Amino acid sequence: MTDGPGGAPAAPTRSFMAPNPYRVRSRVVESPDSATLCLEPVGAALRTPQPGEFMMLYAFGVGEAAISISGDPTVTDGSITHTIRAVGAVSRALHDAQPGAIVGVRGPFGTSWGLETAAGRDLVMVAGGVGLCPLRPAVLGALAGRSRYGKVTLIAGARSRDDFVFAAQLEKWAQDPQIELHVTVDVPVQGWRGEVGLVTEPLRRLALNPERTTAFLCGPEPMLRFGAEALLAKGIAARDIRVSLERNMQCGIGWCGHCQLGPLLLCRDGPVVTYDVAGPLLNVKEL
Amino acid sequence: MSAYGEDSRESGAAVFDTAALQRLVEVLIDRGYRVIGPTLRDDAIVLAELESAAELPRGWGVDVGPGHYRVRRRGDDAAFGHSAGPQSWKQFLHPPRQRMWAGTRDETGDAPDAQAPPYAFLGVRGCDLAAIATLDRVLGRSEYPGSDFVSRRRGVFVVAVNCTEPGGLCFCASMGTGPAAGPGYDLALTERLSGGEPSYLVEVGSERGADVLAAVPHRMAGSDEIDGARADVDAAAHHMGRQMPETDLRELLVASRESPQWEEVASRCLTCGNCTMVCPTCFCTSTEDVSDLTGEHAERWRHWASCFEFDFTYVHGGGSVRQSGASRYRHWLTHKLGTWHDQFGMSGCVGCGRCIAWCPTGIDITAEMNTMAGDD
Repeated sequence: MTDGPGGAPAAPTRSFMAPNPYRVRSRVVESPDSATLCLEPVGAALRTPQPGEFMMLYAFGVGEAAISISGDPTVTDGSITHTIRAVGAVSRALHDAQPGAIVGVRGPFGTSWGLETAAGRDLVMVAGGVGLCPLRPAVLGALAGRSRYGKVTLIAGARSRDDFVFAAQLEKWAQDPQIELHVTVDVPVQGWRGEVGLVTEPLRRLALNPERTTAFLCGPEPMLRFGAEALLAKGIAARDIRVSLERNMQCGIGWCGHCQLGPLLLCRDGPVVTYDVAGPLLNVKEL
Repeated sequence: MSAYGEDSRESGAAVFDTAALQRLVEVLIDRGYRVIGPTLRDDAIVLAELESAAELPRGWGVDVGPGHYRVRRRGDDAAFGHSAGPQSWKQFLHPPRQRMWAGTRDETGDAPDAQAPPYAFLGVRGCDLAAIATLDRVLGRSEYPGSDFVSRRRGVFVVAVNCTEPGGLCFCASMGTGPAAGPGYDLALTERLSGGEPSYLVEVGSERGADVLAAVPHRMAGSDEIDGARADVDAAAHHMGRQMPETDLRELLVASRESPQWEEVASRCLTCGNCTMVCPTCFCTSTEDVSDLTGEHAERWRHWASCFEFDFTYVHGGGSVRQSGASRYRHWLTHKLGTWHDQFGMSGCVGCGRCIAWCPTGIDITAEMNTMAGDD
């Protein structure tokens, strides 16, 4: 530069923190406190998310939350599907959004389950509670490309029968020879025909080939740790165990710092992390 | 060729006096920059917009110690004879509060396009120039267009100042960021105090810097002047007020995750977050979504946050991940000196000493690391 301040002013670019408007196309109640929203873009569509990735969803004037995608990855019409459990002000407002309402969306962010990198292997997926939501795209993706995988097993646990999300789909998978399904509840009610106990119970009983098994785990952190330990005890390598981790996420792009777990910025290096990396970090209290 | 005397680009350095320093500020303002530099305000040396070099804290120094900062009269007319104050350039490049977006319920809004005039930073120390480079690495990555940091950072004119008098809390030599400034400056000054009125050795770091210097009265520096200034800066490296242990700090911290020292520090730490506010590289922010009373207009704001806040790691269901003060201090220190390498390929500490001065209980990052290294 020879005169004046350097650098030509750049054309104004849309801020990465600006929400993109999506319209609620449909809403399905999953459980007493969770609902599945299918969102379609009002303007340009964002990139189609991969199973395991997450979006930042914005309830107008209320706030933003990180929500995993829960939709079928074979649907490529630009829509995005999320299942939202109402637990706070933002998730309550998102959960309550009715068809036609506008929701702000940013993303997709983070790492995916990497379904394609598990091709040729047996898949064991373990879901605790609403942890089934981020795993559902992986299950659907595996079933859609069924011949690419060996055995496909899903273990889904919930507090009680009413707390299962995608109950109808679980019923369907229970009848599907393409997938081995185990469901378990902490608290049984009359008429419950599945198992009672933690997801680690059926997991410990599984006959697995440790050389050719890749595991995906999503649920509360203690479930991830105990689930991973059960798999390690069966001889599965830590790098073949992928866990989806949750931390406070506000930007999605490694700028806000809230989601750190040791060396990881989980919005960028996660949420899906292999257990050889995640295990030593999760074992340190309050890291 | 320069309008004044020989072309300084050939000799590598020029010399100018205090009148020329005033002229430098005028030239920068004439060229459309907002000049930010140190000035004395409320018994501290702060960074503020300058209209004249007369606003520089000429003749003022500072005494600093753990939990201690006092301005004092110097016995000379040095304009840059003070170490780091409570603020850093982060204040301007990564403002404490920033509106990210504004919109209405049914329309796509966007951040108001704030095209503020570019800054010229006057008096950037080696440590703080390294801190700007750190923010460049963390917030200036190109994969996310529309970054307000990038648009603010673009075109900043940097007048660095080499340090010849480190403060009592300085440890830039340990961190490899000073006392000589650079790279990344347009002009670098070394204040020379021998014999009455200060003079300035000026080194040029960019074409833009050369162009500005050409508009300011100066003369070519003699080799004795260049050697003298460099010797003073080199000597400064040997009288730093503080020092980090000479070990791999990242490795030391990975090995110290379960050290009892964290509990001991926590017994002194108030978790107030002052260290993170004054740190020139601490970049963490929180998002705040607000709406007006009609509920039809909403805005998204970003403000500085601190990993010492109790709810910084709040997750529904589990509460805050880091509830104890010990875990929050461990996180801050480990991030700064250790995991920053994993995330950004560099240290997050530049050795400015601000966190020590502005800690209300005088916790000293270098003392803690030396203790940890000794226990190892």
